[in-house]
Amino acid sequence: MTENSKKMVTIYVMGKKHAVPADLTIMKAMEYAGHQFKRGAGCRGGFCGACATIYRKKGSYKLLGALACQKMVEDDMYIAQIPFSPAEKKSYKIDDLKPDASTFLEQYPEIARCLACNTCTKACPQDLQVMDIVQAALRGDITTSAKLSFDCLSCGLCAVRCPAEIVPYNIGQLARRMYSKYTVGPTEHVEQRVKEVKEGKFDEELDKLKALDKPTLKKLYDTRDMEA
Amino acid sequence: MSSEKQELVLHPSPLNQVFKDRVKELSGEKVELCFQCGACSSGCPMTQEMDYLPSKVIRMVQLGLEEALDSKTIWVCTTCFNCEVRCPRGIDVANVMEALRQLVLRKKYDRVNLDLLSDEQLRELPQVAIISCLRKLTA
Amino acid sequence: MLMMNVAYYPGCTLKTTAKEFDISTKASAKALGINLVELPRWNCCGTVHALAKDDVMHHLAPLRNLLRVEEAQQSGIVDDKKVVALCAMCYNTLKRSNQAYNADSDMAGKVRESMNNEAIVYSGQVEVEHLLETLRTQGWDKVQAHVTKPLKGLKVAPYYGCLLLRPRGVGVDNADNPRIFEDLLKAIGAEVVDFGYKQKCCGSYNTVHMVDVVADLSNRILKQAQEAGAEMVVTACPLCEYNLGNRQTEVVKKHPKFNGIPIVYFTQLMALAFGLGEDETALGLNKPDPRPLLREKGLI
Repeated sequence: MTENSKKMVTIYVMGKKHAVPADLTIMKAMEYAGHQFKRGAGCRGGFCGACATIYRKKGSYKLLGALACQKMVEDDMYIAQIPFSPAEKKSYKIDDLKPDASTFLEQYPEIARCLACNTCTKACPQDLQVMDIVQAALRGDITTSAKLSFDCLSCGLCAVRCPAEIVPYNIGQLARRMYSKYTVGPTEHVEQRVKEVKEGKFDEELDKLKALDKPTLKKLYDTRDMEA
Repeated sequence: MSSEKQELVLHPSPLNQVFKDRVKELSGEKVELCFQCGACSSGCPMTQEMDYLPSKVIRMVQLGLEEALDSKTIWVCTTCFNCEVRCPRGIDVANVMEALRQLVLRKKYDRVNLDLLSDEQLRELPQVAIISCLRKLTA
Repeated sequence: MLMMNVAYYPGCTLKTTAKEFDISTKASAKALGINLVELPRWNCCGTVHALAKDDVMHHLAPLRNLLRVEEAQQSGIVDDKKVVALCAMCYNTLKRSNQAYNADSDMAGKVRESMNNEAIVYSGQVEVEHLLETLRTQGWDKVQAHVTKPLKGLKVAPYYGCLLLRPRGVGVDNADNPRIFEDLLKAIGAEVVDFGYKQKCCGSYNTVHMVDVVADLSNRILKQAQEAGAEMVVTACPLCEYNLGNRQTEVVKKHPKFNGIPIVYFTQLMALAFGLGEDETALGLNKPDPRPLLREKGLI
């Protein structure tokens, strides 16, 4: 396949024009164009939230957010990276917190400024209902806030765009922590397993594995039972 | 001697027309209507904390005096609308106060600092107090 | 008794620091045949109302709630395009934004554009009502018919505050001479104590950073009520309840001769008069505690 037959698109990275293959993600396209990522790249798998990017398309006023490692390039895309969004994560001891709305106000009083404008939701690259995460916290509904923020990557795009200067991902994180500790409570099956390990239930099996040589171990690993 | 009468027309010329126009635009109120009866000031619950009475602030706007923006009055107003109900000319004085506040707040000025509130205060105060305080006194 | 399903907007404070208002409201409304259905996915109304004429952003929060009311009505969980609010500040904010939406087509257009990812477009047709208005429309005789324990001998001063009555055109009653609280109190058998400061502002949000001022205002209001013979004060706003209730500890610091007086929500007195129990009147949550006085009167 020659360069000519491969479809190319035009992208603008921080103002500079580049021609890149159309079948690349923003991240790969930027590397194709010669950029080297020192910040703003992480798992490259859509999970860590390091590659938060904002972009505009020519002819459209809309400001859109995406993850550079997931989003494919499009023609006439104007790109800028937000490798870091400044935000303060409050220090708290989860054991000392009360699971109610006042805790959110104590730690992050700025949520009282939420305008319900939905800008955060529009910025989210994971299509989460970010406004509802913050509003549920304001209402004291920790369960909803926790469940809605489950897929949050803390990429920071919502925080950069919020007119009330709220950091929604911090709210979601606090909600999830309080949900796990106070609503769901201790996980019995984990505690049971830890007890079994401490009692030595798996010691024999582990000793057997430790005694094996490398090729046998590798064969055992390759032929292990896997969930489909 | 000419027997023609000469008309002398007096135009009030505010010190700062731009400021006055902006206040009128933001508040939607016809401040010229105020004839300084003082009904608004007498019904206002916060006058003891004010440096200028509400009726005086309206006068300052009429005259285009930007000092109105430096007053303490506009920040202690609780927007209780007692003034609106009492004004015989139908001016909503609270709207004018809000317009003056907005002119200051929109210059990135916050009147209340969230960081100075303690955890106990944030836990004890009713949410509506925190929400309305921030709404009114921050940009 | 045929139950009406009405959309209910509690507001943030009723779900957190003013739970007694929420609990007693739902209970007393149910006794009257009104099933208050909490609005799904409601958001903070962002009180207070945006007064600047060019403001669009601060109308989004209240109007989004009214959009939710329409969604609720369309999905059948409530009967009408109506929402009942209890917190006087929420009521005022929702109603005023609704009026502005219907009056200013420019702002309305911008709001619709901003909310374009909602499932429906807000028509502007939702009615915002305060529970007091609902009761007045139903008729005070209906309220009286449900009273099993009239509050005989209880001298109550109605405290309206600001945003329930003002500005003109938004308030639930005549701003100069309101009667709505008085009519309610009469219907539930209490003795009404009229006093001059029943509409005087309690200091509102200044309670956050100017506590001294609120202490002075509270002192003036409550002293006048007491001098007129009141034993208890009744209100419809959680901020008023806080400034005239919890803040009494600050009043005493500045004015040592001040005698405490309990302040409760009108729905709590209604629930009490309807013969409902401790769990529904939630009188244990108010500060200062109103129960000693009520026990003295033989009402609990």
